[in-house]
Amino acid sequence: MTMKTLLAGATLALGLATGAAADGHEPTTVGFVYVGPIGDGGWTYEHDKGRLAVEEAFGDQVETVYVESVPEGPDAERVMTQMALQGADLIFTTSFGYMDQTIAVAEKFPDVKFEHATGYKRADNVSTYSARFYEGRAVQGHIAGQMTESNVIGYIASFPIPEVIRGINSAYLHAAEVNPDVEFKIIWVYTWFDPAKEAEAANVLIEQGADVILQHTDSTAPQAAAQAAGNVVTFGQASDMAEFAPFPRVSSIIDDWAPYYIARTQAVIDGTWESTDTWDGIGPGMVGIGEITDAVPAEIKASAEALVESLRTGEYHAFTGPINKQDGSAWLADGEIADDGTLAGMDFYVEGITGEIPQ
Amino acid sequence: MDLSSINPVLLLASLMVAATPILLAAIGELVVERAGVLNLGVEGMMITGAVCGFVVAVGTNSPWLGFLGAAIGGALLSVIFGFLTQLLLSNQVATGLALTLFGLGLSALMGQGYIGIKAPEFPDWHIPLLGDIPVIGPIVFQHDPMVYVGLVIVAGVWAFLKYSRAGLILRAVGENHEAAHALGYHVVRVRMLAIMFGGACAGLGGAYLSLVRVPQWTEGMTAGAGWIALAIVVFASWRPGRLLLGAYLFGGVTVLQLNLQAAGAAIGVEYLSMAPYLATIAVLVIMRAGRAPGSLGQSFHASR
Repeated sequence: MTMKTLLAGATLALGLATGAAADGHEPTTVGFVYVGPIGDGGWTYEHDKGRLAVEEAFGDQVETVYVESVPEGPDAERVMTQMALQGADLIFTTSFGYMDQTIAVAEKFPDVKFEHATGYKRADNVSTYSARFYEGRAVQGHIAGQMTESNVIGYIASFPIPEVIRGINSAYLHAAEVNPDVEFKIIWVYTWFDPAKEAEAANVLIEQGADVILQHTDSTAPQAAAQAAGNVVTFGQASDMAEFAPFPRVSSIIDDWAPYYIARTQAVIDGTWESTDTWDGIGPGMVGIGEITDAVPAEIKASAEALVESLRTGEYHAFTGPINKQDGSAWLADGEIADDGTLAGMDFYVEGITGEIPQ
Repeated sequence: MDLSSINPVLLLASLMVAATPILLAAIGELVVERAGVLNLGVEGMMITGAVCGFVVAVGTNSPWLGFLGAAIGGALLSVIFGFLTQLLLSNQVATGLALTLFGLGLSALMGQGYIGIKAPEFPDWHIPLLGDIPVIGPIVFQHDPMVYVGLVIVAGVWAFLKYSRAGLILRAVGENHEAAHALGYHVVRVRMLAIMFGGACAGLGGAYLSLVRVPQWTEGMTAGAGWIALAIVVFASWRPGRLLLGAYLFGGVTVLQLNLQAAGAAIGVEYLSMAPYLATIAVLVIMRAGRAPGSLGQSFHASR
């Protein structure tokens, strides 16, 4: 437990004390459980922007509390229980690894609403929400496949879960589409946030010939490593990471949680909250594509923007057949579109990616 | 698997860089423990050093001043530990753990305005002549200066403990503080100096991460490096030579496992990720663990 955890707890207690004193107009309390520090510049940073947007939208009606750097596992259960006990009405748990803990705590507190990000287990008082990041990965792959000169693209992967595998597949498919010779080198770092390890992984990939680095980890360390190397292209992950634009960062995937958080908080205030499963992409605005910089040649930029547009309107799906699985067996027939169930549980590479998914 | 994509020269070169933060923090802790004090706050001092170094380097635009600031920051934090354990005789284990938690919180607070800012550049040193030797040159003689500062500190500590009179006094204080006191040595003063040296070294190790390795400030960026430094001190049986070996071994296997993964090795990723820890433990245990300093972790007061 860090100092901030203690402070957050103290704030929560204080908030409750003052809230109870108010005459019947208790503010709605919304809790957030973060996997990294707010200052990670990526995943958690964007969730916290969503929290601040909630505060701004509702003013005195809503109080928000948060605990950062909560490890995935039993500790998370303790933090959620604490939040629920201290009167939170709605709790957002913002990492895949909180899934079982969220379900367990939700069972004990049927009156508290829970929202779990990127998971697939729901209950009467547990909703799930996620963004179709793979749409953004498609755009990255499209640009990366054309920007690479060594035809080696490095990929810093976190944990072997469907979300990450989906991203690798989507990026690979769209890179191979524009550049059949492209090869992916994938390193699993088994962490969402460890700047030193991410930097080391990026350096190793660069040493082994990669001139584009895609990352599914939350810090900006790989961006800095690419910048030091000089001629390596990167993409912002979860957050814009614009401080590395126009080069090495040539574009980014931005998570925008604010509209969803505001809508769900409103639903709790109105008493209309229901358990749902939300999975939004570029169209509804949950996934944003950061500005494609001038380091990308104009024609590549134009075709990438056309791809973004077709994903936005829904005219094109990032997983459209024909696609084979890694072992060569058919997955999607020509023109067939992947169903959400398969995507949500994706545990295989598509044809052309070498290496195995760790079990 | 395509092992040919791994370049052994680059691998060995990045080993030296990967090991440096742990090496710096561990050599400081070694001196502290040889003086009979167990400071578990290495992680907290490292992260404080990382943020202090970053703040100073950005403010002055000089990485060297940054490292100086990191050493001072780490030493200041360790003075808190020294004051509590040496003068107020608080429990060293509990105080050390508290120091880590405090350091993490303090650094997050200090670093608020520094997220996303870049550190001033700290170029590699291409040592003339030596750096041009084929194979050995790129491996050993083309790093940033802090890699060599780390090595000089290790060599200095070794010589200090082995040959100098002050080193002998420090070891005496660590082995048996009552005997050292009876001989007229000022136990608390020696220990305070050792603790401050340890804090300064941990601060340098942290700043190496925020100024060279990553190089930028992010909260919690040491991510457990301080604990590994503590473990390496024990496994190195409190001897500087073995400590160097342990740190390089750990750094080497860390880099190697990433290289094997990128080359598509058919070994499970989980085993590869475990490898640095297992290899370090195995080798240093096989090398016959030494005895801990006799008074390690015990409080001293002249009245007893």
